[in-house]
Amino acid sequence: MNYENAEKILEVKHLKQYFNVGKPDEVRAVDDISFDIYRGETFGLVGESGSGKTTTGRAIIHLYEPTAGEILFNGKNVDTFTSKAEQREFRQDMQMIFQDPYASLNPRMKVKDIVAEGIDINHLAKDDADRSKKVEDLLETVGLNKDHSSRYPHEFSGGQRQRIGIARALAVDPKFVIADEPISALDVSIQAQVVNLMKKLQREQDLTYLFIAHDLSMVKYISDRIGVMHYGRMLEIADSDEIYAHPLHDYTKSLLSAVPVPDPEFERTRQEIAYDATNENDGKERKLVEISPRHWVRAADDEIDMYTQRAHEASLIKR
Amino acid sequence: MDNEKDILEVRNLQVNFKTYAGDVKAIRNVSFDLRKGETLAIVGESGSGKSVTTRTIMGLNARNADITSGTIMYKGEDLLKKSEKEMEGIRGQDIAEIFQDPMTSLDPTMRIGRQIAEPLMVHKGMKKEKALAQALEMMKLVGITDAENRINDYPHQFSGGMRQRIVIAIALINYPEVLIADEPTTALDVTIQAQILNLMKELQDKISTSIIFITHDLGVVAGMADRVAVMYAGKIVEYGTVDEIFYNPKHPYTWGLLSSMPTLDTGGDELPSIPGTPPDLLDPPTGDAFAARNAYALKIDTEQEPPFFKVSDTHYAATWLLHPNAPKVTPPDQIVARQKKYAEMQQNLVKQQRPNIPVEEEEEQQ
Repeated sequence: MNYENAEKILEVKHLKQYFNVGKPDEVRAVDDISFDIYRGETFGLVGESGSGKTTTGRAIIHLYEPTAGEILFNGKNVDTFTSKAEQREFRQDMQMIFQDPYASLNPRMKVKDIVAEGIDINHLAKDDADRSKKVEDLLETVGLNKDHSSRYPHEFSGGQRQRIGIARALAVDPKFVIADEPISALDVSIQAQVVNLMKKLQREQDLTYLFIAHDLSMVKYISDRIGVMHYGRMLEIADSDEIYAHPLHDYTKSLLSAVPVPDPEFERTRQEIAYDATNENDGKERKLVEISPRHWVRAADDEIDMYTQRAHEASLIKR
Repeated sequence: MDNEKDILEVRNLQVNFKTYAGDVKAIRNVSFDLRKGETLAIVGESGSGKSVTTRTIMGLNARNADITSGTIMYKGEDLLKKSEKEMEGIRGQDIAEIFQDPMTSLDPTMRIGRQIAEPLMVHKGMKKEKALAQALEMMKLVGITDAENRINDYPHQFSGGMRQRIVIAIALINYPEVLIADEPTTALDVTIQAQILNLMKELQDKISTSIIFITHDLGVVAGMADRVAVMYAGKIVEYGTVDEIFYNPKHPYTWGLLSSMPTLDTGGDELPSIPGTPPDLLDPPTGDAFAARNAYALKIDTEQEPPFFKVSDTHYAATWLLHPNAPKVTPPDQIVARQKKYAEMQQNLVKQQRPNIPVEEEEEQQ
């Protein structure tokens, strides 16, 4: 991915997503995060459960009303889409692939009706023949057979169902796809198939992905850039190779040190790095700072020097 | 007993499930040993039979399960011949299990101290006070902070990682000889997973339990296992020491599994994947069940089931590629890289003259 002339497709600005606002059990699921996603890239979002990564994805596709902040899609604020036409266009351009291929397909609908639901709502098919043709093409694109269109979801394996979910997302010709843990429910050998399919579709259809996952090795493989979330905050953003080779934030270091690697020799010598989260809540004001080119770390003013020093040590900054 | 050190011997196990569509042949002739103090990992995809194998050992199969042949020898007795009553005395006492989901394997209405103490009261007839005192010790051992104050808390008051520690405490309270861990960390975050795995290793050293570790995560296997058995479509297709399986695998299915998992340095446009899906065990294919998905399949794979070929004293694989007459094939790049790394490691070992580590015998294939 070349970022020289890259154009922003999505801008998230100071997004806050709180639940039970004002009540004793207020949850700050997403607490003031900002990041951009460029057209054609895959942006990986990683973090532990409860870090707010799924909430971020859902807020972007406007399943929630944000507590504060703005989400700009193609430069337009998605909150201010008032006309039906604008809303429909937004929902056509942005689609989602869900985690659970069992729960996300209606068991009472045939595959062709599941896939064509978006086509019907957006009146994208001229007639029944055109609709069937579109569905069959989509099934073929995701590696299924056109004979599969009159079957029900329960007749498919997990990997095949996830392909149906992908076909449904692609039916309306989206520009931007949010994939929330799309492979974590699948077996190892099937995961690779689905990831390869997603990469192929991205090349062919010029898609932009927001890939949310906790499987760090798969995220690194598929993503161009990665954002690390913790406690509802974005702690570090960098190119995926760089963040894995030279993490600057202590939390990222700790997270990466815990990833099991399928190499016994490596595992025997592995050192886990513990992370002390108390620093995050010491009351200092922190924001994302670009420490080295396109490598952002959440830092307080008096921490910038420390991170710059780390970047120097990792030769991320040329003196 | 083949080996004095074997604590559990599973021989020729076959389990079918009766369904309306016919018999699902879930376990098709599985044999393996578990040695004292070791961790044996069973890896495979969902439906490969790894959980059914351990459930059969525990005598916890669903009612439509039909064990058509085999023996499971534990301390000289066949567990399959035991009555339900006798099995109740063994479960939680000699053989205990840690389940995958800490949310559903605890009783939400029972205080955790009581849940941890229950196996002592049931199996050892211990008085409540004494059992609770031991439960408290166990809570400290598994790293539940502030154990004195939390012993009367309910499961919902704990985080996922802490709940899994409670599940481990329950399983270990009777110092079982055999611990079955069925995907014990799959529901947990990586940082918590690392803590739980370290805890299990630590406790294994302390109480010298043998562990059967079931998982599909090869990264976890690399860190936990002494030996590994790879299952596919109800059979073990390859087994060996952890180094043999990760650095010198012989079965094309093991090749596929290892290469389709990206490591942190995998790049490129396409991830090697295993095409297709596992076979339907209602009607398992003749020959090697993996043949249809196997780029290295030979003609004989579709006709005749491969026997186990010996790679080393500890390493066996059921693939016709190991037959002396089989054509020579080159494994995927990733596997070749692993073999190379292993060869270098072996050379370093020879230099350092460290005993106890089995030296790989290269077979005809290489």
